[in-house]
Amino acid sequence: MIKKSAAEMAAALSAGELTSVELTQAHLDQIAKVDGDVHAFLHVDNDGAIAQARAVDEKRKSGERVSPLAGVPLALKDVLVQKGIPTTCGSKMLEGWRPPYDSTVVTRLKENGIVILGKTNMDEFAMGSSTENSAYGPTHNPWDLSRIPGGSGGGSSAALAAFEAPLAIGTDTGGSIRQPAAVTGTVGVKPTYGGVSRYGLVAFSSSLDQAGPCARTVLDAAYLHEAIGGYDRMDSTSINEPVPAVVAAAKDGNIKGMKIGVIKELQGDGYQPGVLKLFNQSLEILASLGAEIVEVSCKYFDYALAAYYLIAPSECSSNLARFDAMRYGIRVGEGSAEEVMNATRQVGFGREVKRRIILGTYALSSGYYDAYYGSAQKVRTLISRDFDNAFGKADVLVSPTAPTTAFKIGEKANDPIAMYLNDIATIPTNLAGIGGMSVPSGLAEEDGLPAGFQIMAPAMKDDRMYKVGAALEAALLTKWGKPILDNAPALGAK
Amino acid sequence: MSNISRDDVANLAKLARIDLSDDELNHLSNELAVILDAVARVQEVAGEDVPPTSHPLPLKNVFRVDEVRPSLTPNEALSGAPAQEEQRFKVPQILGEEQ
Amino acid sequence: MALSYDDVIAKYEPVLGLEVHVELGTESKMFCGCNTVFGAAPNTQTCPVCLGLPGSLPVVNAKAIEYTIAIGLALNCSIAPYSRFARKNYFYPDMPKNFQTSQYDEPICVNGYLDVTIETDEGPKEFRIEIERVHMEEDTGKSLHMGGATGRIHGADYSLLDYNRAGIPLVEIVTKVVTGTGKYAPEVARAYVSELRDILRGLGVSDVKMEQGSLRCDANVSLRLIGADKLGTRSETKNVNSLRSVERAVRGEMIRHAELLNKGERVIQETRHFHEDTGLTTPGRSKEQAEDYRYFPEPDLVPVAPTNELIEKIRASLPEKPSVRRKKLQEAWQVPDKEMAAMINADVLDLVEETVKLGADPTRARSWWLGEIARIANEKAVTASELSINSKDVAEIVALIVKGELTDKLARQVVEGVINGEGRPAEIIEKRGIKVVSDDSALMAAIEKAIAAQPDVAEKVRGGHVPAAGALIGAVMKATKGQADAAKVRELLLKHLGQG
Repeated sequence: MIKKSAAEMAAALSAGELTSVELTQAHLDQIAKVDGDVHAFLHVDNDGAIAQARAVDEKRKSGERVSPLAGVPLALKDVLVQKGIPTTCGSKMLEGWRPPYDSTVVTRLKENGIVILGKTNMDEFAMGSSTENSAYGPTHNPWDLSRIPGGSGGGSSAALAAFEAPLAIGTDTGGSIRQPAAVTGTVGVKPTYGGVSRYGLVAFSSSLDQAGPCARTVLDAAYLHEAIGGYDRMDSTSINEPVPAVVAAAKDGNIKGMKIGVIKELQGDGYQPGVLKLFNQSLEILASLGAEIVEVSCKYFDYALAAYYLIAPSECSSNLARFDAMRYGIRVGEGSAEEVMNATRQVGFGREVKRRIILGTYALSSGYYDAYYGSAQKVRTLISRDFDNAFGKADVLVSPTAPTTAFKIGEKANDPIAMYLNDIATIPTNLAGIGGMSVPSGLAEEDGLPAGFQIMAPAMKDDRMYKVGAALEAALLTKWGKPILDNAPALGAK
Repeated sequence: MSNISRDDVANLAKLARIDLSDDELNHLSNELAVILDAVARVQEVAGEDVPPTSHPLPLKNVFRVDEVRPSLTPNEALSGAPAQEEQRFKVPQILGEEQ
Repeated sequence: MALSYDDVIAKYEPVLGLEVHVELGTESKMFCGCNTVFGAAPNTQTCPVCLGLPGSLPVVNAKAIEYTIAIGLALNCSIAPYSRFARKNYFYPDMPKNFQTSQYDEPICVNGYLDVTIETDEGPKEFRIEIERVHMEEDTGKSLHMGGATGRIHGADYSLLDYNRAGIPLVEIVTKVVTGTGKYAPEVARAYVSELRDILRGLGVSDVKMEQGSLRCDANVSLRLIGADKLGTRSETKNVNSLRSVERAVRGEMIRHAELLNKGERVIQETRHFHEDTGLTTPGRSKEQAEDYRYFPEPDLVPVAPTNELIEKIRASLPEKPSVRRKKLQEAWQVPDKEMAAMINADVLDLVEETVKLGADPTRARSWWLGEIARIANEKAVTASELSINSKDVAEIVALIVKGELTDKLARQVVEGVINGEGRPAEIIEKRGIKVVSDDSALMAAIEKAIAAQPDVAEKVRGGHVPAAGALIGAVMKATKGQADAAKVRELLLKHLGQG
């Protein structure tokens, strides 16, 4: 049962084939079995999850209407606050902190009766591409436990790939949903900026952050997207429009006549040959389904990485200033408030976080603002224009999600620039605020590890991604004869 | 080559209220120099005529009605406090002046 | 060797800059729905947003925007078609996010002015104070510094933080550099804050109580040699909590700067703290190296672009300007300019108006507020509005005088009692047994007693030496514990002695 899709589980619950308590328990058992190896979870809420499941079962029994995904379990990235449940953001700074409020995403999950199993591991404060920056140890890729699961949301994607949950929530600032999805053979979606509320999402880079659905199938992600998305009055940057009809689009999957734009700058050198091969094969499949493949050029994308690594650290240097040992979080050190602040931030933050705070502080400094942050904001405009032009020629734009498959844990840990290059294909979407999705494109021939196919749509047209993603997914399923994750090694062998 | 000295990093650390170790100060000044070199290229294309984007969405005038809504209880507000006294957050001696 | 003010202005001319912060009287906070009521138990009016909890986000209070636009329009500003919030980054425990959400290079109102009139040696003179900007920001929490001797931050062992006031909407009004005031700089500064306060009160956007902190003034002062072009180094003075303090602070800083400059020393650019008791300032933290606030546009908020419709709607609803209102009062009361100026200077105009509204005649209302009450306020070095006596009290007392139940002299006792906190007029009259004795027979009895006690004085009066009656009247007053109507006593006495 745990290998089924969320939609299938929901159907089974609806048909009375099993209860949510049973379904939830099965997942908790799986977590107990494999998470010692995978380490996707930082906190498992056994009692809470069963209680939530029971409540849904009772509601269903009494004949009350329940949401489509009611009773289906989910893993929640530890960057979203959940009242009374430990929320660490993968950092020592928030060790033991139990928020006194729920994020809007959690409120909506609860309203939909989706059972939250626990909080998943992540790069500290969402900064990283491998989940190696977690203060609580890395998560291991279920495909090969010696490899990274991607980041910053490696825990959520690994949980899906290890069948610890059929649904997960991640957050994406520069690719932190999509890149882990790509290297774990799962589906991950970053909605249009403003499409999902950021209230309760611990901020890393406020103008780039976005929470999104993660699942093993495109349709599952669509259901989850509709459950969590939509206007929130608590978030001033929330879009006041209905959620795009993503479930309908995922079910539709008919891409005849759609124009698919291949971004010239997001391939070539720096991309693993096997990954590129899978990408091109996917393009052929889409063409065979009736789509027209066109080439587009987005010349300013070459500056995207640079702009991102100015904007994100700048915003984060300000967002993380609140962690000062005065109101919550750990407190270490003696002496004055200033001394305690300095000592706590030294101990509470890890290396990557400190690096970005210092970089961001510099980029915003008087005298340097125009050259760095100010210039980066201009590059952002140029990239948005590139996208606008490209979307004038195509309905969706595509690229490989990440340049490589999963690398070994420790391989890039000491080379920040090499690490940052993991995001090279995903970053432009965050800068422009449009939506991006990764669906598995297959296993790379060099190493047999998963790679992802990225689909991007214009702002607020997320449904297009789901349509194309569903089409590709269905065609690949036919080609492979089985879901990609069936190829993953069995875990938790006693 | 971007010039960012150990002293520069030390000043930044002060601004950011982080007690970096000597080791970190040394490493960071090297790492940051490399990173700054890589990111400085944004200046190549950031011309005068390009307006900066601080919001990906063309939203404006988002307001809320001036009405009172429930607050947290003091217990909830203070729930994470490392130290508290008389329903207030207790913090060590503050050296600096208020702004 | 302390300089005199005259010495200072003989050689230097002052340049001013005034920054006024106003707490807006909205129901809820700037960025969240927490209550703004003053005086609540600590940390009972906080939420994830104003506590800056991880994950929280701000949403702008619409009323705060309207109030700010109203302020801008009343100050003749242009309303920016497009304005943004910015983060001002610095660390301080009373700031939950360790940045203040404020405005930087795109404030909501710019380029206004305020005209004030002050009394000079050459008569009333008008000054136009140009306003650089009016922008919005949020207030900080409040700290209690514990363990030290003074309750101030120096010497404290630890601090206790209450975030009820964190996030209260603030408007900051910044003047352009104010030159050309010469020796009247202190008066101009005071008049500016006073007029500003009247405007804000008239708009209904704040209760503008300086003593309570809903109106705060920072005064920037610098000196330069008369006729010089270059500006001198300025100092910023905070903790200026009354109109009188504004005037004293400016004057005090002018003298201090002059003393330094005369000695050949330089003025340090710094923030100074004003002390009510001494009228002097002491240094705060040095601003030699100004803190780098690393301003950048607030990513969690979207721009504010007020429509012309909204602006015109607010403009149409602006109340009458205080200067217009004052003119109307002056005409209605038939009061000469000098007396108007005196009332404004003593800060009792509004109190007089209230008292008149409650039924007192303008002349008596003015004479009480400007006379006895202002005198006592001066003695206690406070403003009339800070005393326990209010317009209702004065209206009651005036009514009693008119009815004849109080003489002026007795009324002064009542006023004194109210100010001392003994209660309201009726209670004091009851408690102290204050009663006008105007019953003729009772008075005659006292008069005859007094005559009997001083027959030679009585003889003098009979002989035509009327002023001598004073001693007899005094004796009667003493005998009646001051409760006799002195005028009546005099009338009866003179009549009795054949001089009335």
